[in-house]
Amino acid sequence: MQSARFSKQSLTFPNMKFQGLISFLIFSADYFNEGESLSEDSKLRFDTCQLLWQQMKSEAEELQEELNKNLFDKLIEFLEKSHLEFRKKSTNWNYQIKSREIPTAALVLGVNVTDHDLTFKGLTAMLRDTITPYVVSLQAKECPDVKHLLQKLASQVMGCHIDMESTEEEEEECVQLSQKKMHYSMAFLSTWYRNVTQKKGSESVNKKITSSSQWKKSPPIVIILKDIESFSTKVLQDFIIISSQYLHQLPIVLVLGIATSPIIIHRLLPHAVSFLCIELLQSLSCKEHLAKLLDKLLLTTRFPFKLNEKALQVLINIFLYHDFSVQNFIKGLQLAILEHFYSQPLSILCCDLPEVKRRIHSLSEDQCESIRRLPSFMRYVEKQTPEKQVASLTNERFLKELHIYHENFFIVLKCLHAFTSSLPKYPLGRQIRELYCACLEKNIWESQEYEPALQLLRMLAKDELMAILHKCVEVFRSSPGKQLGSTAEKLKEFLAQFQSLEESNEEENGSGSQQKGLQKTDLYHLQKSLLEMKELRSSNKKQTKFEVQRDKVVDMIDNLVRKYLFPPDTQTLYEVVYFTGAHTLREHLNAAPRIALHTALNNPYHYLKNQALKSEDDSIPNVAPDICIAYKLHLECSRLINVVDWSEAFATVVTAAEETDPNSTASEEIKEIIHARFIRAVSELELLGFIKPTKQKTDHVARLTWGGC
Amino acid sequence: MSGVQSRVSPSPWVTSRATLVASWLRTRAVLREWTLPPTLKFSGLGRFGEVLGAQCLAPRETLIVMSHLKQQKVKMLEVQFVGDDDVLNHILDKEEEYLKNGCVASGGNKVYSFQTRKKPEKMAELAYEIAKTSGKSVPLICKNTEKMASTPQSSKKQSTSEKDQLKSDEKNEFLSTPYRLRKRLTAVSTFPSDTESEYSDSNSEDDKGIKQEEEKISEVLMDQKRLTKHSSLSSSSCKKVSAKKMKKDTTTDLVEEYFEAHSSSKVLTSDRTLQKLKRTKLDQQTLHNLLSKFSPPFSAELKQLNEQYERLFHKWMLQLHLGFNIVLYGLGSKKELLEKFRASMLQDSVHVVINGFFPGITVKSILNSITEEILEHMGTFRSVLDQLDWIINRFKDDSSLELFLLIHNLDSQMLRGDKSQQILGQLSSLPKIYLIASIDHINAPLMWDHSKQSLYNWLWYETTTYRPYTEETSYENSLLVQQCGTLALSSLIHVFRSLTPNARGIFRLLIKYQLENEENPSYIGLSFQDFYQQCREAFLVNSDLTLRAQLTEFRDHKLLRTKKGTDGVEYLLIPIDTGTLSDFLEKEDKEA
Repeated sequence: MQSARFSKQSLTFPNMKFQGLISFLIFSADYFNEGESLSEDSKLRFDTCQLLWQQMKSEAEELQEELNKNLFDKLIEFLEKSHLEFRKKSTNWNYQIKSREIPTAALVLGVNVTDHDLTFKGLTAMLRDTITPYVVSLQAKECPDVKHLLQKLASQVMGCHIDMESTEEEEEECVQLSQKKMHYSMAFLSTWYRNVTQKKGSESVNKKITSSSQWKKSPPIVIILKDIESFSTKVLQDFIIISSQYLHQLPIVLVLGIATSPIIIHRLLPHAVSFLCIELLQSLSCKEHLAKLLDKLLLTTRFPFKLNEKALQVLINIFLYHDFSVQNFIKGLQLAILEHFYSQPLSILCCDLPEVKRRIHSLSEDQCESIRRLPSFMRYVEKQTPEKQVASLTNERFLKELHIYHENFFIVLKCLHAFTSSLPKYPLGRQIRELYCACLEKNIWESQEYEPALQLLRMLAKDELMAILHKCVEVFRSSPGKQLGSTAEKLKEFLAQFQSLEESNEEENGSGSQQKGLQKTDLYHLQKSLLEMKELRSSNKKQTKFEVQRDKVVDMIDNLVRKYLFPPDTQTLYEVVYFTGAHTLREHLNAAPRIALHTALNNPYHYLKNQALKSEDDSIPNVAPDICIAYKLHLECSRLINVVDWSEAFATVVTAAEETDPNSTASEEIKEIIHARFIRAVSELELLGFIKPTKQKTDHVARLTWGGC
Repeated sequence: MSGVQSRVSPSPWVTSRATLVASWLRTRAVLREWTLPPTLKFSGLGRFGEVLGAQCLAPRETLIVMSHLKQQKVKMLEVQFVGDDDVLNHILDKEEEYLKNGCVASGGNKVYSFQTRKKPEKMAELAYEIAKTSGKSVPLICKNTEKMASTPQSSKKQSTSEKDQLKSDEKNEFLSTPYRLRKRLTAVSTFPSDTESEYSDSNSEDDKGIKQEEEKISEVLMDQKRLTKHSSLSSSSCKKVSAKKMKKDTTTDLVEEYFEAHSSSKVLTSDRTLQKLKRTKLDQQTLHNLLSKFSPPFSAELKQLNEQYERLFHKWMLQLHLGFNIVLYGLGSKKELLEKFRASMLQDSVHVVINGFFPGITVKSILNSITEEILEHMGTFRSVLDQLDWIINRFKDDSSLELFLLIHNLDSQMLRGDKSQQILGQLSSLPKIYLIASIDHINAPLMWDHSKQSLYNWLWYETTTYRPYTEETSYENSLLVQQCGTLALSSLIHVFRSLTPNARGIFRLLIKYQLENEENPSYIGLSFQDFYQQCREAFLVNSDLTLRAQLTEFRDHKLLRTKKGTDGVEYLLIPIDTGTLSDFLEKEDKEA
């Protein structure tokens, strides 16, 4: 056996250093064409893909910033409030000694831990810009004890200082300091802080900077503990007690990142919590974040790329059932884009409309041919008369139509969502993503839930209906398209009518109720009037004005839905922009290694398409790979397996497979080989984690799957 | 007439029944075509109802009957009918099929289905079963045709006559028997002590006899199985269990089974040991030699599989460049595949190959190889985290740096720790470090929580290669491979030569003493006091403190084990077998 210890192959190329970003992109584009020679086409596709992805990514980041803004604003407000005394009475030490409470902001960020990093990154950057240069972010894994924590803290605070000053000598000095591995303590830090602030204070006086000089004089030290749950109690407790002692010298503010619930602070710090002055801040829930993201990235005509129903469902399921992580959702989206451009040659047309026009003129023969072969295009051509067929080969028009279709689709979708999202029991889904998926899948009006939803809509109260109509008008106003201009007008008309109805109704109601209230009733009259009312109810089809109007509105919505909300796969050339590989997404993002392993062991035919391996039901043929046979035999045992029995059973199977007569004495060598094969199979199973050696009984192994020992 | 009964009762195989009825109608139409009035033809035999039942529920069998009929067309009258038992068998098979499908649909219990606690003989039983079903795998029909030759009555008689013999072996059920039945059998079975004792003291000589006997038994069991099925069905089919209820039953049964297997602390396995087999433990080298003589089957299919994966190489490169990292999973060694990937794709780029399965590998050594060989840094670092920080900064500063990391077995013993994974994850999250790794252990994905997963940013690829894990398992302390062979000897010599002369003498003393007591089975080691005395006499140490210091050194190299005896005295023992020790002494004497 050659000793494959730790082979390192490193080839350093001298010209590596000159490879910039551009060459890198070309480099990656090389791999875009499944190993064939790099054609102009695939390069263009890769560029389009990259461009699109960059746009979507920046859009997502913007959204994230926007959503965080609210939280950050609150945080800044809190920071400004804290340490007021410190700044005002920085000379009056006696006053300061009394207050020992560290101002603390507890950020409840939710379980999607993976998204937190981005939030904290944004937070750090923003704090550095606006409030203080001294922002320190600490993670639990960096601080196994207080010493490490203080060391990290001090080095980061001083590091920040360097960034701000950025003077050469000082930098060197500081680097030397950190390399000297000096003993960090709070005392050291506070003297350092006093020096720095005094120096700066004098500087700022010299320069006569007036704006918020309080902050400039003594900026607070913000310490962000990213994952409070994973810190050990002792470290945190010690740190908090120490820093509360230095509070009069160092304006410390804590920011705690919490993934679970605020109670964790009390559980983690039963004693030290009295040193904290906590303010709770809640971030946006990840579900809302996702909804906003979908709205920005998919429910828009800005980006030509779309997901089909199944692919979207896969991504949403991963989000809902696995991690609640928006970042992972974006990653899935990235993969989808990549796969789409990689596997679909016509994705070259998946770009902006003006660009499409240009590209269509330069389409090659092959590409035209592949367009002709698209199922949706063939469907279209079949419907047309022959003379039109020739003309229809310029497909720019279709893409334009597709664009318009999307425009209308999304507007109507949002309107419908506005209507249905408030219905009891949410027959068409509460979130717009559910409605969207339903619409992508099939004609929404053919679904079971659609009719009852409309029924419910016909029973809406007026104020509800008005609110919804307002929302719809808002949707129309915000969308750039002019296709549905007339409907927008209609909606406004309805609104106006409802308003006028309201006024007239008020008068009617006032007079009607008065009349009734004055009447005296005996039993006979009561019965009579009740009967009358009943008849009136059942027979009288005459509706109030409001009801008539309401029905009109519902009918209009129904018409809109039927006209515009048909699923995209009815559209010609939809393949160009819709990604359909739900399977690939699931395979690569949400893989099931255990199932794969089990299938490979249990049913080798699934992978090795050999007729000899084909078998019915549970059994496997005896010619299967050794490890499969050993695995199958081991399944028959309970917690402990006798190796001798196992090996004999194995030998029986294998000798039968080799079609030697089991009764005749096989040569010793063959037996040895079979034994060796068994040994290998067993050690492979051990490597895979199905069994392990045990000392409970000699020559036994323990099963590890489902319980084991 | 149970066949008819089961046809009428609303049973869980309703769906398949519909199709079967259709096929029955079709067969009736065929019967009409023969121009012979079917009623007339069968009425004489008096079991028409049953025949219809057979047609209805077991189309395959009836088709065989048809072919029989066709051959004899006009002569006829010699028609053989399908026996009750066969019909019932078929029904049960159908039912199982149905249940199985239901289980698959209802969730992941397909993967690790619960099994009943089985007796050790089960394995041998299954072995015969598998051995018998050769590659062609005998279909059910053949059995039935065989069966048809003999009359059902006779088989019944046969089985009843053998009943007492069967009872003792009832525990040998088959894998495919439905659970309800199995449970009943296990409930009935009283472990006969004589078979057990016979089993445990059997040696390799009379093994063959047992084997033959077992074979006979298993044949007989086929009949037995049918019988028991018969009885179980006649009771169950009358119960009119709805399909839903059945499903519920099976799930609760599974739960019961699980607890059944775990409640009893005693596990019954046979007492045979490898020593009785007279098969010596193989060492790595002979194992390797033996295996090289055996060529694995299905090479064409394996090659096809591999080619399929190799086509992904370009895609992998692209995805690595776009910030994803790639993890390969699936049965079979992926080392060769990754090696091919390296050879074809990474020739011109900087890369590090890490064999995670090597027992001596640590994260530290991985980082060292990066800092020293790739970044050419000669300094040392205070901690692994510092080193990591340094690497991260270096990669941030210098955008032209690129590095491919290939890790075979990211889930190996040494790397699966939380800290190691955290560090590797952080490393791989750098945009210019591209990681492609393989995992094998079934629980490997449990290594990563959400935050680590987001650091790694995995794309999963299934690459089931069926290749033997030759290198990966060669370092493992496998149970059947003799470990302390040449490897231990060489390490012993290595350590020994680095010792001071005095320490050598001390160790030699201990070895000699141990070899002298080789024959003594109750030897537990040399007591510390005695040893000290001996060492003093040989002028090797002057105080017990110095001796202890020397012993610590041996202990660190795992050359010594101390044990407290019953009298509280420390006993010293070298945990190496005597063969190696005497070899070692011989060699050392020769050197000297």
